[in-house]
Amino acid sequence: MPVAFVERLGLRSLGTLEAFGDFFVFVFQTFRWLFAGGLAPKNLRLLPAQFYEVGVRSVPVVCVTGAFIGMVMAIETHAQFKAIGQEVRLGSVINLSVVKQIGPVLAAVMLAGRVGGALTAELGTMNVTEQLDALRVMGADPIRYLVVPRFIACCLLTPMLTIYSDFLGVIGGWVISVPFLGVPNEPYWFFSAQGVDTWQVMEGLVKSFFFGGAIGMISCYKGFNCGSGASGVGRACTESFVSSFLVIIILNFFFAHILRSMYTAMYGVRGLFE
Amino acid sequence: MSLIELRDVSKRFGRLVVLNGVSLSIEEGQSLVVIGASGSGKSVMLKHIVGLLTPDEGEVWFDGRRVDELSDRQLDKVREHFGFLFQMGALFDSLSVEDNVAFPVVEHTKKSTEEIRKLVAEKLRMVGLDGTQKKMPGELSGGQRKRVALALAIALNPRVILYDEPTTGLDPIRSDVINELILKLKRELNVTSIVVTHDMNSAFKVADRIVMLHEGKLIIDGSPQEIQKSEVPVVRRFVLGEAGDQELAGLKSSAPAAYTSSGGNGDREKR
Repeated sequence: MPVAFVERLGLRSLGTLEAFGDFFVFVFQTFRWLFAGGLAPKNLRLLPAQFYEVGVRSVPVVCVTGAFIGMVMAIETHAQFKAIGQEVRLGSVINLSVVKQIGPVLAAVMLAGRVGGALTAELGTMNVTEQLDALRVMGADPIRYLVVPRFIACCLLTPMLTIYSDFLGVIGGWVISVPFLGVPNEPYWFFSAQGVDTWQVMEGLVKSFFFGGAIGMISCYKGFNCGSGASGVGRACTESFVSSFLVIIILNFFFAHILRSMYTAMYGVRGLFE
Repeated sequence: MSLIELRDVSKRFGRLVVLNGVSLSIEEGQSLVVIGASGSGKSVMLKHIVGLLTPDEGEVWFDGRRVDELSDRQLDKVREHFGFLFQMGALFDSLSVEDNVAFPVVEHTKKSTEEIRKLVAEKLRMVGLDGTQKKMPGELSGGQRKRVALALAIALNPRVILYDEPTTGLDPIRSDVINELILKLKRELNVTSIVVTHDMNSAFKVADRIVMLHEGKLIIDGSPQEIQKSEVPVVRRFVLGEAGDQELAGLKSSAPAAYTSSGGNGDREKR
């Protein structure tokens, strides 16, 4: 019995290590093609379709998410700030949270679901119907032809979508705070501008670039390596979302730590109530 | 020297041995049909020839070059000599018929748009589907999809065409159309054909030579007439389409005792 347990554990560990190895080989091949032909005119003509799929079609869902998050932030924080007589500073807290954390992370999570799921399903279906093999036989490397354009679209358009999410989050927070809850307009924006500077906005956008890269890479990898049949594609889509979500949350922690240290080293600690 | 050669090729997936020391030589211009039961490794063997799979042991050669040791770029060059008709056609759903057939031409040549358009029309005419250029694969019937896939396979005028179960899923008439197409392409393009199938009508119609894969090994190699006359039990049963005791054993043992002749005798009613 213990031998069987150790054997199972060993096999599972080896399987996990092998999957990690496969993933990093996949990432390496994608970067190799990115710099060796992936940006050639023949490949660039594949980009507009991916920009449309990843970017344009995601705008509504990202905007709605951003707007409601801003509104919820306003509702949840207003009472607390009013209790200490500081509701005029509501804008700084809402907008800082939106552009630095909630906007980029939620936009990325939405994209992991909408775009990541769609990419995995599309590539997974191509895999089980032998379309990937057909590409290889025709001398068109599927990583160059399919993965590189999708990866570029995810990297470039996630920050763009984050800008939409941030903008709608800021507007949503203002709509609830000022017209509905009666916070004075001028101080709201004065303290917002004081609490949020270019660094914080850029922090969110830099993170979202890497979130987009992770979503593109994980969803394409899962599609390329899905099991056979409809159930294999379905399972790959679920795994793709769960893995992307976990990676976004973990990356966010490391970015928070690194960027906070950089900010402190350059500008020192700034409080919201200074 | 043979155009294609497999030397002692073995391949396993996990514990499952799919090919077990397969050796085979195919001459230029020959039409070889590989028959065998489902799961006997026919498609796996085909994929070794174009380097989609690499053998665990053994060597694969094409025109004097060892395929299983080539780099990706070298393989791409070798693959220009092959056309591959996949079992389900493997047409790209997001591209029109015209763009599908044009795909390898755009990838490998510097032809103008007009030249590509003419070439696509010519290839579609060869498979009897000129005029379907603007259709999407989803609008085609199963037989039409296979014919478009065949037009795609011959787009670069390959020296070898590999057919993976070309008639599977088609009715007898459509199957015969595909068989006639295989013969026509051989006549007109003088290509070497390797056809993997378990459709014996198709095999006897298109083959110069037939080999049979059974449990990872080639168990017979001969002309269609020799295969028809073969007394090897496995081959004979396959050709005639008769299940043997081994295949039927599962059916017999899975029946509940109450339904079998020995265990019946009204026991079920008594319970």
